[in-house]
Amino acid sequence: MLERERVPRYAGTVNQEIMSLTSEQVEHIAKLARLDLTDGEKDSLRDQLSSILDYVSQLREIDTEGVEPLSYVATLENVWADDEIKGCSAAERNVIIENFPDKEGDLLKVKAVFS
Amino acid sequence: MAEKRWSSVELVEAALNEAEKSSEGAKAFVGLFAERARSQAVESDARRAQGEPKSDFDGVPFAVKDNMCVAGERLSCASAILRNYRAPYSAGAIRRLEDAGMIPTGRTNMDEFAMGSSTENSVYGPTRNPWNREMIPGGSSGGSAAAVAEGSAIVALGSDTGGSIRQPAAMCGVVGLKPTYGRVSRYGLVAMASSFDQIGPLAKTTADAAALLGLIEGHDPNDSTSVPLREESRLSEAIGAEIKGLRIGLPAECFGEGLDGQVEETVRSAVEKLVQLGAEVREISLPRMTTAALAAYYVIMPSEVSANLSRIDGVRYGAREDGESLSEVYGKSRGRGFGAEVRRRVMIGTYALSSGYYDDYYVKALKVRRLIARDYERAFKDVDVIVTPTSPTTAWRIGERVDDPLANYMADIYTVGVNVAGLPGINVPCGLADGLPVGLQIIGRHFEEKVILRAANALEGEVGRLKK
Repeated sequence: MLERERVPRYAGTVNQEIMSLTSEQVEHIAKLARLDLTDGEKDSLRDQLSSILDYVSQLREIDTEGVEPLSYVATLENVWADDEIKGCSAAERNVIIENFPDKEGDLLKVKAVFS
Repeated sequence: MAEKRWSSVELVEAALNEAEKSSEGAKAFVGLFAERARSQAVESDARRAQGEPKSDFDGVPFAVKDNMCVAGERLSCASAILRNYRAPYSAGAIRRLEDAGMIPTGRTNMDEFAMGSSTENSVYGPTRNPWNREMIPGGSSGGSAAAVAEGSAIVALGSDTGGSIRQPAAMCGVVGLKPTYGRVSRYGLVAMASSFDQIGPLAKTTADAAALLGLIEGHDPNDSTSVPLREESRLSEAIGAEIKGLRIGLPAECFGEGLDGQVEETVRSAVEKLVQLGAEVREISLPRMTTAALAAYYVIMPSEVSANLSRIDGVRYGAREDGESLSEVYGKSRGRGFGAEVRRRVMIGTYALSSGYYDDYYVKALKVRRLIARDYERAFKDVDVIVTPTSPTTAWRIGERVDDPLANYMADIYTVGVNVAGLPGINVPCGLADGLPVGLQIIGRHFEEKVILRAANALEGEVGRLKK
Protein backbone atom coordinates (compact mmCIF):
# COMPACT_ATOMS: atom_id res chain seq x y z
CA MET A 1 0.00 0.00 0.00
CA LEU A 2 1.04 3.64 -0.32
CA GLU A 3 3.28 5.09 2.32
CA ARG A 4 2.46 8.57 3.46
CA GLU A 5 5.37 10.80 4.41
CA ARG A 6 5.49 14.39 5.50
CA VAL A 7 7.69 16.09 2.91
CA PRO A 8 7.89 19.66 1.56
CA ARG A 9 5.05 20.36 -0.89
CA TYR A 10 5.59 21.13 -4.54
CA ALA A 11 4.07 24.55 -5.17
CA GLY A 12 0.54 23.96 -6.39
CA THR A 13 -0.23 20.72 -4.61
CA VAL A 14 -3.23 20.56 -2.37
CA ASN A 15 -2.32 17.81 0.02
CA GLN A 16 -0.33 18.09 3.22
CA GLU A 17 1.33 14.76 2.61
CA ILE A 18 3.01 13.49 -0.51
CA MET A 19 1.88 10.14 -1.88
CA SER A 20 5.08 8.19 -1.78
CA LEU A 21 5.67 5.11 -3.84
CA THR A 22 7.82 2.33 -2.42
CA SER A 23 10.67 0.78 -4.35
CA GLU A 24 8.66 -2.42 -4.59
CA GLN A 25 5.80 -0.56 -6.23
CA VAL A 26 8.17 1.05 -8.72
CA GLU A 27 9.58 -2.37 -9.56
CA HIS A 28 6.10 -3.82 -9.95
CA ILE A 29 4.99 -1.01 -12.30
CA ALA A 30 8.21 -1.33 -14.31
CA LYS A 31 7.53 -5.04 -14.70
CA LEU A 32 3.95 -4.43 -15.89
CA ALA A 33 5.27 -1.80 -18.31
CA ARG A 34 8.06 -4.11 -19.52
CA LEU A 35 10.69 -1.48 -18.75
CA ASP A 36 14.10 -2.52 -17.45
CA LEU A 37 15.40 0.15 -15.10
CA THR A 38 18.76 0.61 -13.40
CA ASP A 39 18.79 1.11 -9.62
CA GLY A 40 19.61 4.77 -10.07
CA GLU A 41 16.67 5.17 -12.46
CA LYS A 42 14.36 3.41 -10.02
CA ASP A 43 15.27 5.84 -7.25
CA SER A 44 14.80 9.02 -9.23
CA LEU A 45 11.64 7.66 -10.84
CA ARG A 46 10.26 6.86 -7.41
CA ASP A 47 10.67 10.49 -6.35
CA GLN A 48 9.42 11.97 -9.61
CA LEU A 49 6.42 9.68 -9.89
CA SER A 50 5.53 10.34 -6.28
CA SER A 51 5.42 14.08 -6.80
CA ILE A 52 3.44 13.76 -10.03
CA LEU A 53 0.94 11.40 -8.40
CA ASP A 54 0.70 13.80 -5.52
CA TYR A 55 -0.20 16.60 -7.92
CA VAL A 56 -2.91 14.59 -9.68
CA SER A 57 -4.40 13.33 -6.44
CA GLN A 58 -6.15 16.71 -6.13
CA LEU A 59 -8.75 15.15 -8.41
CA ARG A 60 -10.04 13.42 -5.30
CA GLU A 61 -11.32 16.76 -3.99
CA ILE A 62 -13.72 17.12 -6.92
CA ASP A 63 -17.26 15.87 -6.43
CA THR A 64 -18.10 13.49 -9.27
CA GLU A 65 -21.16 11.88 -7.72
CA GLY A 66 -23.49 10.70 -10.49
CA VAL A 67 -21.13 11.81 -13.27
CA GLU A 68 -20.48 9.44 -16.16
CA PRO A 69 -16.88 9.04 -17.34
CA LEU A 70 -16.06 10.76 -20.67
CA SER A 71 -13.43 9.04 -22.77
CA TYR A 72 -14.38 10.09 -26.30
CA VAL A 73 -15.10 13.77 -26.90
CA ALA A 74 -16.73 13.61 -30.33
CA THR A 75 -20.21 12.32 -31.02
CA LEU A 76 -19.75 9.25 -33.18
CA GLU A 77 -20.92 5.85 -32.04
CA ASN A 78 -20.03 2.42 -33.34
CA VAL A 79 -18.10 3.27 -36.48
CA TRP A 80 -17.99 -0.01 -38.35
CA ALA A 81 -15.73 -1.14 -41.15
CA ASP A 82 -16.61 -3.86 -43.63
CA ASP A 83 -14.89 -7.15 -42.96
CA GLU A 84 -12.90 -7.20 -46.18
CA ILE A 85 -9.22 -7.68 -46.89
CA LYS A 86 -7.66 -4.50 -48.22
CA GLY A 87 -4.12 -5.78 -48.52
CA CYS A 88 -1.12 -3.58 -49.16
CA SER A 89 1.11 -2.65 -52.07
CA ALA A 90 4.40 -4.38 -52.80
CA ALA A 91 6.20 -1.18 -51.82
CA GLU A 92 4.51 -1.10 -48.40
CA ARG A 93 5.23 -4.78 -47.88
CA ASN A 94 8.91 -4.26 -48.64
CA VAL A 95 9.27 -1.40 -46.19
CA ILE A 96 7.58 -3.46 -43.47
CA ILE A 97 9.96 -6.35 -44.07
CA GLU A 98 12.97 -4.03 -44.16
CA ASN A 99 11.91 -2.75 -40.72
CA PHE A 100 12.19 -6.23 -39.18
CA PRO A 101 15.01 -6.17 -36.59
CA ASP A 102 15.88 -9.78 -37.41
CA LYS A 103 14.68 -11.90 -40.28
CA GLU A 104 15.09 -15.00 -42.38
CA GLY A 105 14.00 -14.33 -45.92
CA ASP A 106 10.67 -12.56 -45.61
CA LEU A 107 9.98 -13.99 -42.18
CA LEU A 108 10.28 -12.04 -38.93
CA LYS A 109 12.58 -13.79 -36.46
CA VAL A 110 11.72 -13.50 -32.76
CA LYS A 111 12.61 -15.06 -29.44
CA ALA A 112 10.61 -18.18 -28.60
CA VAL A 113 7.30 -17.29 -27.00
CA PHE A 114 6.96 -20.68 -25.32
CA SER A 115 10.18 -21.98 -23.87
CA MET B 1 4.08 30.35 -58.90
CA ALA B 2 1.10 30.98 -61.09
CA GLU B 3 2.90 34.13 -62.21
CA LYS B 4 6.01 32.05 -62.96
CA ARG B 5 8.15 34.02 -60.53
CA TRP B 6 9.19 30.82 -58.85
CA SER B 7 9.11 27.24 -60.04
CA SER B 8 8.46 24.39 -57.67
CA VAL B 9 11.97 23.08 -58.31
CA GLU B 10 13.39 26.44 -57.18
CA LEU B 11 11.11 26.61 -54.16
CA VAL B 12 11.89 23.09 -53.06
CA GLU B 13 15.62 23.57 -53.58
CA ALA B 14 15.49 26.75 -51.51
CA ALA B 15 13.52 24.94 -48.81
CA LEU B 16 16.01 22.08 -48.70
CA ASN B 17 18.90 24.55 -48.47
CA GLU B 18 17.31 26.48 -45.65
CA ALA B 19 16.56 23.24 -43.81
CA GLU B 20 20.23 22.21 -44.13
CA LYS B 21 21.42 25.60 -42.88
CA SER B 22 19.15 25.27 -39.88
CA SER B 23 21.32 22.46 -38.58
CA GLU B 24 23.97 25.06 -37.68
CA GLY B 25 21.49 27.35 -36.04
CA ALA B 26 18.14 26.50 -34.57
CA LYS B 27 18.35 22.87 -35.68
CA ALA B 28 14.72 22.66 -36.61
CA PHE B 29 15.07 19.65 -38.92
CA VAL B 30 16.27 16.12 -38.16
CA GLY B 31 16.04 14.67 -41.64
CA LEU B 32 15.25 15.63 -45.22
CA PHE B 33 13.23 13.93 -47.95
CA ALA B 34 15.54 15.44 -50.58
CA GLU B 35 15.30 12.88 -53.38
CA ARG B 36 11.57 12.44 -53.03
CA ALA B 37 10.92 16.18 -52.82
CA ARG B 38 13.07 17.00 -55.84
CA SER B 39 11.28 14.50 -58.06
CA GLN B 40 7.89 15.70 -56.83
CA ALA B 41 8.95 19.28 -57.68
CA VAL B 42 9.82 18.30 -61.24
CA GLU B 43 6.42 16.63 -61.61
CA SER B 44 4.71 19.70 -60.18
CA ASP B 45 6.36 22.07 -62.66
CA ALA B 46 5.40 19.72 -65.48
CA ARG B 47 1.78 19.80 -64.37
CA ARG B 48 1.79 23.58 -64.25
CA ALA B 49 3.39 23.77 -67.68
CA GLN B 50 0.49 21.65 -68.99
CA GLY B 51 -1.95 24.01 -67.30
CA GLU B 52 -3.05 21.23 -64.96
CA PRO B 53 -1.91 22.06 -61.42
CA LYS B 54 -3.60 19.87 -58.80
CA SER B 55 -4.52 23.00 -56.83
CA ASP B 56 -3.39 26.57 -56.17
CA PHE B 57 -0.82 25.06 -53.82
CA ASP B 58 0.67 22.61 -56.26
CA GLY B 59 4.46 22.57 -55.78
CA VAL B 60 4.56 24.35 -52.41
CA PRO B 61 6.89 22.67 -49.90
CA PHE B 62 5.99 22.00 -46.28
CA ALA B 63 7.74 20.53 -43.22
CA VAL B 64 6.45 17.55 -41.25
CA LYS B 65 6.89 16.78 -37.56
CA ASP B 66 8.94 13.60 -37.06
CA ASN B 67 5.88 11.64 -35.88
CA MET B 68 3.90 11.51 -39.13
CA CYS B 69 4.28 8.83 -41.79
CA VAL B 70 5.68 9.82 -45.19
CA ALA B 71 5.79 6.64 -47.28
CA GLY B 72 9.28 5.17 -47.54
CA GLU B 73 10.90 7.90 -45.44
CA ARG B 74 12.40 7.70 -41.97
CA LEU B 75 10.17 8.30 -38.98
CA SER B 76 11.65 8.31 -35.50
CA CYS B 77 9.47 10.42 -33.15
CA ALA B 78 12.87 11.78 -32.01
CA SER B 79 13.43 8.48 -30.23
CA ALA B 80 16.40 6.11 -30.14
CA ILE B 81 14.02 3.17 -30.35
CA LEU B 82 12.79 4.18 -33.84
CA ARG B 83 16.05 5.59 -35.18
CA ASN B 84 16.09 3.31 -38.23
CA TYR B 85 12.38 2.94 -38.82
CA ARG B 86 10.82 3.77 -42.18
CA ALA B 87 7.13 4.52 -42.68
CA PRO B 88 5.40 2.02 -45.00
CA TYR B 89 2.61 4.42 -45.94
CA SER B 90 1.74 8.10 -45.81
CA ALA B 91 -0.49 9.65 -43.17
CA GLY B 92 -3.98 10.74 -44.18
CA ALA B 93 -3.09 14.43 -43.72
CA ILE B 94 0.09 14.02 -45.79
CA ARG B 95 -1.84 12.26 -48.55
CA ARG B 96 -4.36 15.09 -48.71
CA LEU B 97 -1.59 17.67 -49.04
CA GLU B 98 0.13 15.60 -51.73
CA ASP B 99 -3.20 15.25 -53.53
CA ALA B 100 -3.16 19.05 -53.69
CA GLY B 101 0.39 18.88 -55.10
CA MET B 102 2.18 20.02 -51.95
CA ILE B 103 5.60 18.55 -51.24
CA PRO B 104 6.95 17.35 -47.86
CA THR B 105 10.60 18.41 -47.66
CA GLY B 106 11.74 16.99 -44.35
CA ARG B 107 10.95 16.07 -40.77
CA THR B 108 11.26 18.45 -37.85
CA ASN B 109 12.56 17.95 -34.34
CA MET B 110 10.20 17.24 -31.45
CA ASP B 111 10.08 15.98 -27.90
CA GLU B 112 10.34 12.19 -27.96
CA PHE B 113 6.96 10.63 -28.83
CA ALA B 114 5.49 14.13 -28.47
CA MET B 115 6.05 14.15 -24.73
CA GLY B 116 7.33 17.49 -23.58
CA SER B 117 6.99 21.25 -23.83
CA SER B 118 10.50 22.25 -24.82
CA THR B 119 11.85 19.95 -27.57
CA GLU B 120 14.68 19.10 -25.16
CA ASN B 121 13.54 15.48 -24.86
CA SER B 122 14.86 14.60 -28.29
CA VAL B 123 17.46 11.98 -29.16
CA TYR B 124 18.89 14.56 -31.59
CA GLY B 125 19.33 17.22 -28.93
CA PRO B 126 17.30 20.41 -28.51
CA THR B 127 16.07 22.77 -31.18
CA ARG B 128 16.88 26.40 -30.40
CA ASN B 129 14.41 29.27 -30.44
CA PRO B 130 15.18 31.43 -33.51
CA TRP B 131 14.43 34.58 -31.45
CA ASN B 132 17.11 33.73 -28.89
CA ARG B 133 19.23 30.64 -29.38
CA GLU B 134 19.71 30.16 -25.62
CA MET B 135 16.00 29.55 -25.25
CA ILE B 136 13.73 26.63 -25.89
CA PRO B 137 11.38 26.80 -28.88
CA GLY B 138 8.59 25.18 -26.90
CA GLY B 139 7.31 21.68 -27.57
CA SER B 140 6.57 19.14 -28.54
CA SER B 141 6.29 20.57 -32.10
CA GLY B 142 9.31 22.82 -31.43
CA GLY B 143 11.06 21.97 -34.67
CA SER B 144 8.02 22.83 -36.80
CA ALA B 145 7.50 26.11 -34.92
CA ALA B 146 11.18 27.08 -35.18
CA ALA B 147 11.28 26.19 -38.88
CA VAL B 148 8.35 28.46 -39.70
CA ALA B 149 9.70 31.24 -37.45
CA GLU B 150 13.16 31.23 -39.03
CA GLY B 151 11.87 30.67 -42.55
CA SER B 152 13.35 27.23 -43.18
CA ALA B 153 9.78 26.15 -43.82
CA ILE B 154 6.89 28.12 -45.30
CA VAL B 155 4.32 26.07 -43.44
CA ALA B 156 4.57 23.00 -41.27
CA LEU B 157 2.46 20.28 -39.74
CA GLY B 158 2.58 19.66 -36.02
CA SER B 159 0.57 17.59 -33.58
CA ASP B 160 -1.16 18.74 -30.40
CA THR B 161 -2.19 16.56 -27.47
CA GLY B 162 -2.00 19.04 -24.58
CA GLY B 163 -0.70 22.17 -26.30
CA SER B 164 2.08 20.84 -28.51
CA ILE B 165 1.20 23.04 -31.50
CA ARG B 166 -0.07 26.12 -29.69
CA GLN B 167 2.65 26.43 -27.05
CA PRO B 168 5.68 26.22 -29.38
CA ALA B 169 3.84 28.54 -31.77
CA ALA B 170 3.58 31.01 -28.88
CA MET B 171 7.26 30.58 -27.92
CA CYS B 172 8.37 31.13 -31.54
CA GLY B 173 5.92 33.86 -32.55
CA VAL B 174 3.99 31.98 -35.24
CA VAL B 175 0.39 30.96 -35.81
CA GLY B 176 -0.45 27.44 -34.63
CA LEU B 177 -3.86 25.81 -34.70
CA LYS B 178 -5.16 22.67 -33.01
CA PRO B 179 -8.34 21.58 -34.75
CA THR B 180 -11.45 20.22 -33.05
CA TYR B 181 -10.87 16.60 -32.10
CA GLY B 182 -11.96 14.50 -35.05
CA ARG B 183 -11.59 17.22 -37.68
CA VAL B 184 -8.28 15.98 -39.08
CA SER B 185 -7.42 12.32 -39.59
CA ARG B 186 -4.98 10.74 -37.15
CA TYR B 187 -4.18 7.93 -39.56
CA GLY B 188 -0.41 7.82 -39.90
CA LEU B 189 0.21 10.03 -36.87
CA VAL B 190 2.10 8.00 -34.29
CA ALA B 191 -0.46 7.80 -31.52
CA MET B 192 0.39 9.41 -28.23
CA ALA B 193 -2.95 9.82 -26.46
CA SER B 194 -5.68 8.79 -28.84
CA SER B 195 -8.52 10.80 -27.36
CA PHE B 196 -6.50 14.05 -27.41
CA ASP B 197 -4.18 13.95 -30.46
CA GLN B 198 -4.79 16.18 -33.48
CA ILE B 199 -2.60 17.21 -36.41
CA GLY B 200 -2.64 20.91 -37.20
CA PRO B 201 -0.90 23.67 -39.17
CA LEU B 202 1.86 26.07 -38.12
CA ALA B 203 2.35 29.08 -40.34
CA LYS B 204 3.43 32.74 -40.34
CA THR B 205 -0.10 34.00 -41.02
CA THR B 206 -3.65 33.01 -40.14
CA ALA B 207 -4.48 32.90 -43.86
CA ASP B 208 -1.81 30.26 -44.44
CA ALA B 209 -2.91 28.27 -41.40
CA ALA B 210 -6.51 28.38 -42.62
CA ALA B 211 -5.49 27.29 -46.11
CA LEU B 212 -3.51 24.35 -44.78
CA LEU B 213 -6.34 23.33 -42.46
CA GLY B 214 -8.77 23.47 -45.37
CA LEU B 215 -6.61 20.95 -47.19
CA ILE B 216 -6.03 18.45 -44.39
CA GLU B 217 -9.44 18.45 -42.72
CA GLY B 218 -12.13 15.91 -43.44
CA HIS B 219 -13.34 12.42 -42.76
CA ASP B 220 -10.91 9.56 -43.31
CA PRO B 221 -12.27 6.00 -43.30
CA ASN B 222 -8.88 4.88 -41.98
CA ASP B 223 -9.47 6.85 -38.76
CA SER B 224 -12.64 5.74 -37.05
CA THR B 225 -12.54 8.76 -34.77
CA SER B 226 -12.53 11.26 -37.65
CA VAL B 227 -15.83 13.07 -38.01
CA PRO B 228 -17.57 13.74 -41.33
CA LEU B 229 -17.63 17.55 -41.57
CA ARG B 230 -20.78 19.48 -42.30
CA GLU B 231 -20.54 21.64 -45.40
CA GLU B 232 -20.98 24.86 -43.42
CA SER B 233 -18.06 23.98 -41.11
CA ARG B 234 -15.62 23.49 -43.94
CA LEU B 235 -12.89 26.05 -44.60
CA SER B 236 -13.68 26.62 -48.24
CA GLU B 237 -13.24 30.34 -48.66
CA ALA B 238 -10.89 33.00 -47.31
CA ILE B 239 -11.42 33.85 -43.64
CA GLY B 240 -12.79 37.29 -42.98
CA ALA B 241 -11.87 39.68 -40.18
CA GLU B 242 -15.26 41.10 -39.21
CA ILE B 243 -15.68 40.64 -35.48
CA LYS B 244 -18.27 43.23 -34.51
CA GLY B 245 -20.41 41.79 -31.78
CA LEU B 246 -18.13 38.80 -31.20
CA ARG B 247 -18.46 37.90 -27.52
CA ILE B 248 -15.09 37.16 -25.91
CA GLY B 249 -14.76 35.52 -22.49
CA LEU B 250 -11.63 36.00 -20.37
CA PRO B 251 -11.43 33.28 -17.69
CA ALA B 252 -10.26 34.82 -14.43
CA GLU B 253 -8.32 31.61 -13.68
CA CYS B 254 -6.04 32.23 -16.66
CA PHE B 255 -5.10 35.74 -15.59
CA GLY B 256 -4.11 35.10 -12.04
CA GLU B 257 -1.35 33.45 -10.08
CA GLY B 258 1.51 32.02 -12.07
CA LEU B 259 1.07 34.32 -15.09
CA ASP B 260 4.07 36.51 -15.93
CA GLY B 261 3.25 40.21 -15.62
CA GLN B 262 4.60 41.23 -19.02
CA VAL B 263 2.78 38.37 -20.73
CA GLU B 264 -0.46 39.44 -19.08
CA GLU B 265 0.01 43.06 -20.13
CA THR B 266 0.78 42.10 -23.73
CA VAL B 267 -2.24 39.78 -23.95
CA ARG B 268 -4.60 42.27 -22.35
CA SER B 269 -3.60 45.06 -24.71
CA ALA B 270 -4.15 42.69 -27.62
CA VAL B 271 -7.64 41.99 -26.28
CA GLU B 272 -8.17 45.77 -26.17
CA LYS B 273 -7.44 45.90 -29.89
CA LEU B 274 -10.19 43.34 -30.46
CA VAL B 275 -12.58 45.47 -28.44
CA GLN B 276 -11.71 48.48 -30.60
CA LEU B 277 -12.69 46.36 -33.61
CA GLY B 278 -16.12 45.82 -32.11
CA ALA B 279 -15.81 42.69 -29.99
CA GLU B 280 -17.41 42.52 -26.55
CA VAL B 281 -15.31 41.29 -23.66
CA ARG B 282 -16.45 39.91 -20.36
CA GLU B 283 -14.76 38.13 -17.51
CA ILE B 284 -15.90 34.55 -17.00
CA SER B 285 -14.99 31.85 -14.54
CA LEU B 286 -13.91 28.35 -15.48
CA PRO B 287 -12.40 27.07 -12.24
CA ARG B 288 -11.68 23.59 -13.56
CA MET B 289 -10.02 24.58 -16.84
CA THR B 290 -6.53 24.99 -15.37
CA THR B 291 -5.25 22.86 -12.48
CA ALA B 292 -8.10 20.34 -12.49
CA ALA B 293 -7.76 19.92 -16.25
CA LEU B 294 -3.99 19.51 -15.92
CA ALA B 295 -4.47 16.88 -13.23
CA ALA B 296 -7.07 14.98 -15.25
CA TYR B 297 -4.85 15.26 -18.33
CA TYR B 298 -1.85 13.89 -16.45
CA VAL B 299 -3.83 10.80 -15.55
CA ILE B 300 -5.74 10.12 -18.76
CA MET B 301 -2.95 11.00 -21.18
CA PRO B 302 -0.26 8.77 -19.61
CA SER B 303 -2.82 5.97 -19.38
CA GLU B 304 -3.45 6.19 -23.11
CA VAL B 305 0.28 6.58 -23.72
CA SER B 306 1.06 3.40 -21.81
CA ALA B 307 -1.39 1.51 -24.02
CA ASN B 308 -0.26 3.11 -27.29
CA LEU B 309 3.43 2.60 -26.67
CA SER B 310 3.08 -1.06 -25.77
CA ARG B 311 3.37 -1.79 -29.49
CA ILE B 312 6.93 -0.39 -29.43
CA ASP B 313 8.62 -3.48 -28.09
CA GLY B 314 11.53 -4.18 -30.41
CA VAL B 315 9.76 -7.16 -31.98
CA ARG B 316 8.47 -6.17 -35.41
CA TYR B 317 10.36 -2.89 -35.86
CA GLY B 318 12.61 -0.52 -33.99
CA ALA B 319 15.79 -1.08 -32.01
CA ARG B 320 15.80 -4.59 -30.57
CA GLU B 321 18.09 -5.47 -27.70
CA ASP B 322 19.05 -9.08 -27.23
CA GLY B 323 17.93 -11.06 -24.19
CA GLU B 324 17.63 -14.55 -22.76
CA SER B 325 13.86 -14.54 -23.04
CA LEU B 326 11.14 -12.66 -24.85
CA SER B 327 10.38 -10.78 -21.64
CA GLU B 328 13.97 -9.63 -21.43
CA VAL B 329 13.89 -8.48 -25.06
CA TYR B 330 10.88 -6.32 -24.21
CA GLY B 331 12.37 -4.98 -20.99
CA LYS B 332 15.79 -4.17 -22.42
CA SER B 333 14.58 -2.78 -25.74
CA ARG B 334 12.08 -0.46 -24.10
CA GLY B 335 14.24 0.36 -21.09
CA ARG B 336 17.18 1.38 -23.27
CA GLY B 337 15.25 2.72 -26.26
CA PHE B 338 12.83 5.06 -24.47
CA GLY B 339 14.04 8.34 -22.99
CA ALA B 340 13.40 9.48 -19.43
CA GLU B 341 10.20 11.45 -20.03
CA VAL B 342 8.67 8.62 -22.04
CA ARG B 343 9.51 6.13 -19.30
CA ARG B 344 7.99 8.45 -16.70
CA ARG B 345 4.69 8.76 -18.54
CA VAL B 346 4.45 5.07 -19.39
CA MET B 347 4.98 4.31 -15.70
CA ILE B 348 2.33 6.78 -14.53
CA GLY B 349 -0.16 5.40 -17.01
CA THR B 350 0.62 1.81 -16.12
CA TYR B 351 0.08 2.64 -12.45
CA ALA B 352 -3.18 4.54 -13.06
CA LEU B 353 -4.60 1.64 -15.07
CA SER B 354 -3.39 -1.12 -12.80
CA SER B 355 -5.62 -3.23 -10.64
CA GLY B 356 -6.59 -1.44 -7.45
CA TYR B 357 -5.89 2.02 -8.82
CA TYR B 358 -7.95 2.05 -12.02
CA ASP B 359 -11.12 3.47 -10.43
CA ASP B 360 -9.37 5.97 -8.19
CA TYR B 361 -7.20 7.44 -10.91
CA TYR B 362 -8.33 6.64 -14.44
CA VAL B 363 -12.10 6.50 -14.04
CA LYS B 364 -12.06 9.44 -11.65
CA ALA B 365 -10.14 11.51 -14.18
CA LEU B 366 -12.64 10.59 -16.91
CA LYS B 367 -15.47 11.82 -14.72
CA VAL B 368 -13.66 15.11 -14.14
CA ARG B 369 -13.20 15.25 -17.92
CA ARG B 370 -16.96 15.21 -18.37
CA LEU B 371 -17.34 18.01 -15.83
CA ILE B 372 -14.76 20.10 -17.70
CA ALA B 373 -16.50 19.48 -21.02
CA ARG B 374 -19.78 20.61 -19.45
CA ASP B 375 -18.09 23.72 -17.99
CA TYR B 376 -17.02 24.84 -21.45
CA GLU B 377 -20.45 24.07 -22.90
CA ARG B 378 -22.04 26.26 -20.29
CA ALA B 379 -19.52 29.07 -20.86
CA PHE B 380 -20.14 29.00 -24.61
CA LYS B 381 -23.78 29.87 -24.02
CA ASP B 382 -22.68 33.40 -23.05
CA VAL B 383 -19.56 33.87 -25.15
CA ASP B 384 -18.48 32.89 -28.67
CA VAL B 385 -14.75 32.50 -28.01
CA ILE B 386 -12.58 32.21 -24.94
CA VAL B 387 -9.26 34.06 -24.89
CA THR B 388 -6.29 33.30 -22.67
CA PRO B 389 -2.53 33.71 -22.78
CA THR B 390 -1.23 30.58 -24.54
CA SER B 391 1.58 30.15 -22.03
CA PRO B 392 2.19 31.61 -18.54
CA THR B 393 5.67 32.73 -19.55
CA THR B 394 7.76 33.43 -22.61
CA ALA B 395 10.47 30.94 -23.64
CA TRP B 396 12.80 29.78 -20.89
CA ARG B 397 16.48 28.85 -20.99
CA ILE B 398 17.51 25.50 -22.46
CA GLY B 399 18.32 23.18 -19.55
CA GLU B 400 16.50 25.28 -16.96
CA ARG B 401 13.63 22.87 -16.31
CA VAL B 402 15.10 19.49 -17.25
CA ASP B 403 15.30 18.26 -13.67
CA ASP B 404 11.78 19.30 -12.81
CA PRO B 405 9.13 17.40 -14.80
CA LEU B 406 6.23 19.14 -13.05
CA ALA B 407 7.60 22.58 -13.98
CA ASN B 408 7.49 21.49 -17.60
CA TYR B 409 3.94 20.19 -17.24
CA MET B 410 2.87 23.58 -15.83
CA ALA B 411 3.77 25.21 -19.16
CA ASP B 412 0.61 23.68 -20.60
CA ILE B 413 -1.72 24.96 -17.89
CA TYR B 414 -3.76 27.12 -20.30
CA THR B 415 -3.70 24.72 -23.24
CA VAL B 416 -4.54 21.25 -21.87
CA GLY B 417 -8.16 22.01 -20.99
CA VAL B 418 -8.81 22.55 -24.68
CA ASN B 419 -7.72 18.99 -25.55
CA VAL B 420 -9.59 17.58 -22.56
CA ALA B 421 -12.80 18.97 -24.06
CA GLY B 422 -11.81 18.38 -27.70
CA LEU B 423 -12.28 22.05 -28.65
CA PRO B 424 -10.39 23.96 -31.35
CA GLY B 425 -7.70 26.41 -30.26
CA ILE B 426 -5.31 28.75 -32.06
CA ASN B 427 -2.21 30.66 -31.00
CA VAL B 428 -1.75 34.13 -32.47
CA PRO B 429 1.44 36.10 -31.78
CA CYS B 430 0.41 39.33 -30.06
CA GLY B 431 3.67 41.07 -29.10
CA LEU B 432 7.09 40.73 -27.53
CA ALA B 433 8.27 40.75 -23.93
CA ASP B 434 12.03 41.19 -23.44
CA GLY B 435 12.54 40.31 -27.07
CA LEU B 436 10.64 37.04 -26.85
CA PRO B 437 7.27 36.33 -28.48
CA VAL B 438 4.03 36.36 -26.52
CA GLY B 439 1.12 34.29 -27.76
CA LEU B 440 -2.61 34.73 -27.30
CA GLN B 441 -4.88 31.70 -27.42
CA ILE B 442 -8.39 31.76 -28.88
CA ILE B 443 -10.63 28.80 -28.05
CA GLY B 444 -13.87 28.10 -29.88
CA ARG B 445 -16.84 25.78 -29.85
CA HIS B 446 -16.53 22.37 -31.48
CA PHE B 447 -16.02 22.71 -35.24
CA GLU B 448 -16.11 26.53 -35.15
CA GLU B 449 -12.59 26.95 -36.54
CA LYS B 450 -13.96 29.67 -38.81
CA VAL B 451 -14.86 31.79 -35.78
CA ILE B 452 -11.48 31.48 -34.06
CA LEU B 453 -9.66 32.05 -37.34
CA ARG B 454 -11.69 35.18 -38.02
CA ALA B 455 -10.86 36.57 -34.58
CA ALA B 456 -7.20 35.57 -35.04
CA ASN B 457 -7.13 37.22 -38.45
CA ALA B 458 -8.60 40.41 -37.01
CA LEU B 459 -5.99 40.53 -34.25
CA GLU B 460 -3.19 39.77 -36.68
CA GLY B 461 -4.28 42.75 -38.77
CA GLU B 462 -3.88 45.03 -35.74
CA VAL B 463 -0.71 43.55 -34.28
CA GLY B 464 1.17 43.08 -37.54
CA ARG B 465 4.28 40.94 -37.85
CA LEU B 466 6.55 40.56 -34.84
CA LYS B 467 9.96 42.10 -35.50
CA LYS B 468 13.22 41.36 -33.72
